[in-house]
Amino acid sequence: MLTTHNLTAFYGDFQALFGIDLEVNAGEIVSIIGANGAGKSTFLKTITGLLKAPHSAVRFEGRDIGGMPAHRIAQAGIAMVPEGRRLFASLSVEENLKMGAYTRRPGRFDLDAVYALLPVLKEKRTQPSTSLSGGQQQMAAIGRALLANPRLLICDEISLGLAPIVVKEIYEILGRIRKEGLTAIIVEQDVGMARLFSDRLYCFQEGRVSLSGRSDALSHEAISKAYFGV
Amino acid sequence: MIAWIDTIVQGVLLGGLYALFAMGLSLMFGVMRLVNIAHGDFILLAAFAGMALVTGLGVSPGIALLVLMPLAFAFGYGLQRGILNFALGRDILPPLLITFGLSIVIQNALLQIFSADTRSIQAGALVTASLHLGEGLAVGWLPLTIFVSAIAVALALQWLFGATRIGRAFRAAADDSEAAQLMGVDNRHIYALATAIAMVVVAIAGVFHGIRTTIAPTDGPALLLYAFEAVVIGGLGSFWGTFAGGVILGVAQSIGFRLDPGWGILVGHLAFLAVLLVKPNGLFPKTR
Amino acid sequence: MDATVKPTFNVLRATRASRAGGIIALILFAVLASLPFWADSSWLRLFAEFACFLVLAQMWNLLAGYGGLVSVGQQAFVGLGGYALVVLANHTTLNPFLCLPLAGLIAALLAVPTALVVFRLQGGYFAIGTWVVAEVYRLLFANASFLGGGSGTSLMALRGIPKATRESITFWIALVLAFGSVALVYWLLRSRQGLALTAIRDSEIAAASQGIDVRAVKFLVYVIAALGAGLAGALYFLSNLRISPDAAFGVNWTAYIIFIVVIGGIGTIEGPIVGTVIYFLLREFFGDFGTWYLMTLGLVAIVVMVKFPKGLWGYAMQRLDLRFFPVQRRVQFLEKETS
Repeated sequence: MLTTHNLTAFYGDFQALFGIDLEVNAGEIVSIIGANGAGKSTFLKTITGLLKAPHSAVRFEGRDIGGMPAHRIAQAGIAMVPEGRRLFASLSVEENLKMGAYTRRPGRFDLDAVYALLPVLKEKRTQPSTSLSGGQQQMAAIGRALLANPRLLICDEISLGLAPIVVKEIYEILGRIRKEGLTAIIVEQDVGMARLFSDRLYCFQEGRVSLSGRSDALSHEAISKAYFGV
Repeated sequence: MIAWIDTIVQGVLLGGLYALFAMGLSLMFGVMRLVNIAHGDFILLAAFAGMALVTGLGVSPGIALLVLMPLAFAFGYGLQRGILNFALGRDILPPLLITFGLSIVIQNALLQIFSADTRSIQAGALVTASLHLGEGLAVGWLPLTIFVSAIAVALALQWLFGATRIGRAFRAAADDSEAAQLMGVDNRHIYALATAIAMVVVAIAGVFHGIRTTIAPTDGPALLLYAFEAVVIGGLGSFWGTFAGGVILGVAQSIGFRLDPGWGILVGHLAFLAVLLVKPNGLFPKTR
Repeated sequence: MDATVKPTFNVLRATRASRAGGIIALILFAVLASLPFWADSSWLRLFAEFACFLVLAQMWNLLAGYGGLVSVGQQAFVGLGGYALVVLANHTTLNPFLCLPLAGLIAALLAVPTALVVFRLQGGYFAIGTWVVAEVYRLLFANASFLGGGSGTSLMALRGIPKATRESITFWIALVLAFGSVALVYWLLRSRQGLALTAIRDSEIAAASQGIDVRAVKFLVYVIAALGAGLAGALYFLSNLRISPDAAFGVNWTAYIIFIVVIGGIGTIEGPIVGTVIYFLLREFFGDFGTWYLMTLGLVAIVVMVKFPKGLWGYAMQRLDLRFFPVQRRVQFLEKETS
């Protein structure tokens, strides 16, 4: 569904990505791991259109989307749960969710479906989004992304700053969605969670792919080596 | 005693006009964090345009306003998309210098076209007719109309921002423009819509202003200051706060004029400074 | 590996261009100082006006380019300086020329309570707030009938002095102020305070975390800028001999400075000099075209700001990598030594 070919990215004169080849097939969950500064966030920015990329370096469902503005890529069916949640502070929980549906893409997720999946959000729907706990905010951000009925869901560090029990709960919810079909890229600090949850795994190191393969086939040792670059 | 009540009432009604001035400024700042120094000049531009329509087409000011509103919408959209979108960003200087430049261009263009003479929009009986509330208290139909229009605009804007998809997009883009893009919001388009709506409010304010008083091409900056003071007094974050700020400013000026004709505007400025000193966030700020 | 590595580096400030610039400045000063002996009276008056704008432009540059404070109300201090001069000169027995530095100080003093009020605002609202303050002063002085009210008053105290002497002394004051303002800003920026200013400009939060008292530095900059504006105002009306609230506190002052800054760019010292020169050249040739001239200025300002946010001069300097007034420090690494 999504392929990147020799994807490079720059912040001014500073090169952050050096030719990333990556592929996500329909129905797959692909995880990306790597240390801070390895280029994971940069990669996601190029995919979602927040950072310029060469036009043919990113292909989504048969179209070159590199360099397309972010709102058009969102319209095309890529939705992201951003790092740090980034809920809209002056909007209520429900209004945040409704923002997810801004593109009005058809699909199985509407407000009721998301409330059924995440009942705590329904309880707090009129409250300001800032009044939610960390875990609840993460659920709201996921719900918001789901409401876009995306073809490809991207989750950027959804375990960051959350207690392990909350992280488990969130991945359980993702697991339920997966049963009905989900194509996703999961960027994770928690390597164990990434291996458990994904079909295939990529490891980034200093702007390059240092390792890739089936999540259940890669050894702990191989991942360590690729992660730290030793 | 009656004279003082009359002063306050006139001040409140004047405040309606200032609220109209202020709401356009508040809208643009609320969505884009853009302070438009040419705001007052745009109000004047609308007033002169309204006057030209009235004298040129021979229609009533009401019809002229109806014609002007869609024109203002298109103008605002083009202005934002064509020029002001480039002023947004981290640098502090470009937005101020660009809008200041616009102010100079508009003032001098108006001077060139209309010369420095003062004039006003002819509205016939509406200007002088008044409603008698008994006991020496009379309220002009014009100020009343302006006040009611201001309420209507505040209601409309509050509804737009609070209950519509576009309003949510405005607020989301103001909170986090990058995240809004991820939701599919086209920021350039949204900002242009915001300015377009602001210009419609400006058109209404301008036409009313032109009916109410005589106008001259260099009046713009004074109107900007009133609008700005109303916004700051009221506090950022809500249109009703801005409305209240306008009313307070109107009352302050009215009291000032009553004390001495040369002191009217000065008292308004002093009231603004007092609020700024004591309550820097305004009197009715919306807490985040 | 047991080596003590001592990387050493020099911090360089001067450039070749700056050394040449320094010599040119000295020669220029000497030549200009001789002007009253051979130049026409109109040239002397023109230079005095030029000096006013140059000082104002440098002050604005200091405020906005380094302090991050965009003020659209500096005319408040121009007017205060002007009126202070006229009042002091007319109503005290002090030498009128000595009243000029006093006028500047008065403006600076009044900047203190002003700052307390306007610093409560940020960004664009701060800008308009400063404008409101200037308007308050304008209205106050317009209502003060003992100062001539709306039509203003004249500077009488110089009546006894022959015209040539008066104009020469005014000119020399202007010369000192012009060079002085450039020198002051240059010195300030090369100092530790200047480094703090640049840090604040780039990131207030980062600067504060380094122990810089951001508020205090901004306040200091605001007062210095007010001093400069007050001196410029006093100089202008010393030269003009007549003052009125509209001339003193009009927002035109800011409009012209803005144009100068748009052309010259901010954040450099030579930028405002270039901008002022170009502004005066344009005025000489096109000023008679009135509204068309002003409209063009406005349009130029808009276009330049959209295309070249760093000003024309700033853009040119970036491309050519020239620095006449180096206020940056360049690090030159020497060979690493290991023992």
